[in-house]
Amino acid sequence: MPLPVRHLLLAALGLAAVAGLLSVTGDLTALRIAAVGYTMLAVAGLQLLVGGSGQVSLGHGAFMMIGAYSMALLVLHQPTLPLAANLGVIVVVSVAAGVAVGAATARLHGPYLAGATLILAVGLPGLAHRFHAFLGGSNGLNIRTAGAPPFLDGLVTTSEWRALVVWTTVVLGLAVLATISAGRLGRRMRAIRDDETAAAMAGVPVGATKVVAFVIASAAGGLAGGLQAYVLGTVTPSSFTLVLSLTLLAALVLGGIGSLWGALWASMAIVYLDVWATDLARAANLGRNAENNLPVVFFGVVLILVLRFWPLGVHGALRSLGARLRAVRSDTSSRTPQ
Amino acid sequence: MTTTAPEHLLTADGVTVRFGGLTALDDVGLRVDPGSVVGLIGPNGAGKTTLFNVLSGVLRPTRGAVSWKGAPPPGRRTHHLAGAGIARTFQGLNLFPMMPVLGNVMVGADRLARGGAFSLVSGLGRHHRDERELRERAMAALERFGVAEHAHRLPGTLPYGVQKQVALARACAGEPELLLLDEPASGLSGHETAELADRIRGLSQDMAVVLVEHHMDLVMDVCDRVVVLDFGRVISSGTPDEVQADPAVTRAYLGTSTGPATGPDDRNGDPR
Repeated sequence: MPLPVRHLLLAALGLAAVAGLLSVTGDLTALRIAAVGYTMLAVAGLQLLVGGSGQVSLGHGAFMMIGAYSMALLVLHQPTLPLAANLGVIVVVSVAAGVAVGAATARLHGPYLAGATLILAVGLPGLAHRFHAFLGGSNGLNIRTAGAPPFLDGLVTTSEWRALVVWTTVVLGLAVLATISAGRLGRRMRAIRDDETAAAMAGVPVGATKVVAFVIASAAGGLAGGLQAYVLGTVTPSSFTLVLSLTLLAALVLGGIGSLWGALWASMAIVYLDVWATDLARAANLGRNAENNLPVVFFGVVLILVLRFWPLGVHGALRSLGARLRAVRSDTSSRTPQ
Repeated sequence: MTTTAPEHLLTADGVTVRFGGLTALDDVGLRVDPGSVVGLIGPNGAGKTTLFNVLSGVLRPTRGAVSWKGAPPPGRRTHHLAGAGIARTFQGLNLFPMMPVLGNVMVGADRLARGGAFSLVSGLGRHHRDERELRERAMAALERFGVAEHAHRLPGTLPYGVQKQVALARACAGEPELLLLDEPASGLSGHETAELADRIRGLSQDMAVVLVEHHMDLVMDVCDRVVVLDFGRVISSGTPDEVQADPAVTRAYLGTSTGPATGPDDRNGDPR
């Protein structure tokens, strides 16, 4: 079966699973499920870039910001455009941004690339203040997006509808990422990650492939940001600071580099560790300051603990557990890893 | 060696490479004909690897030029040469450590895939057929080198001798017209070296081979022509017999008066 077909089938299965989950949960959980969705798309893009091509970006949050502000501006200034068209424009805009940044940084390796993308993460939120009238300064932009279509009245709530829209986009995006990752392009990226000289000597265009990886990751990040703006109805520069970029990268390591499943665990960690930490701070009556900062500390502690005991992240741990179970069951001494 | 007639596959003319004040190669010429096996020998530091890097496009010469089939190479970057049909192995093998053996060799075959940018990014169009063909080619290459049973292992889990065969399979999977081998016999046992000689003779049915090698028995055994470098200059070239009889060669391998056939043997198993 060709890869795109297989991955579209898996995407449909994933969407059905999310729909099933939504039907048994409440409105608040629906928003969190949506948050897991768009966060997963962002992390999956980073997965392709870091795990696939071996480039480290500290500026992934900046592309989410580009997508989110694009969505807000489109809704405010082109209110007649349907959501799907908005998402299409966002992909185009973030691809363009990715080409610009990727081409500028293509010759940079390791820490230098990280440094250049760091500048992006630190600098971009400043634009919202610089162009106050257009981008709304620190208050950001507020938008109203359509809820569920009338014929679904009473069947799904607005939150559930938004979660479904988000996840439909996300599973399609993941199908594209999975197809790229499992195909020729993904193999070329991994070859570059493992050994640039040997990859070039085999005919892989190293520079171009790196830029393409960067652009694909940017598109995923931008699309994720656009979905976030659609769900939350508000975009502010403070949501896209360096902390977001670092959190995405740290969560990727926590979830496990090298697999899209890692991106799922990562996005669940980002969304739910925050929720739990906030609940904890409230329950303990720690006050506003602690309530704001506890999630970061909590996240850091979990990251350290996970990597202390599972160096390959949650997905690595699950995989070795699975391998051990299979070994016990088969009980033959065939040790060929698949 | 002054001609660039199209019957030569690869020619190097007046190649000079300077690193700061050090002249690594000085006015070196080389030609490789289709189907021939050319050996590149010389004491350590003679410039063999530097010349190799020039031929494979990893290093650009300070002066002089390399031409491919009578014309300048199709591009200045390494991957252009590979696309034109030049493959190489590395002294340190440089396998992709996190990719299974099959994936390693599929990268080597990748240049033969015919799908364009669209199929590459979308996975549509020719992609499915390309992937199947690449897998078949890679498996065929692994079988040719007798290591097909390790297709799904990671290279690091395999013995060194097997890894070397994988590296050869990766280089040959793209069906190059010229194969550059960097010390193919280093780290191999006597028995494995004899096998390698047969292997190289077999390969030269399909492609020209240039090898850098310390193992003189192998060089004299398989090469049609031998080029001897010393201090960055060509001090001798010709058939193995001619080179062995050349007094300049004997002098270059200082401390030995018996000629190159036994002189540098102690350098086998260079640290990698």
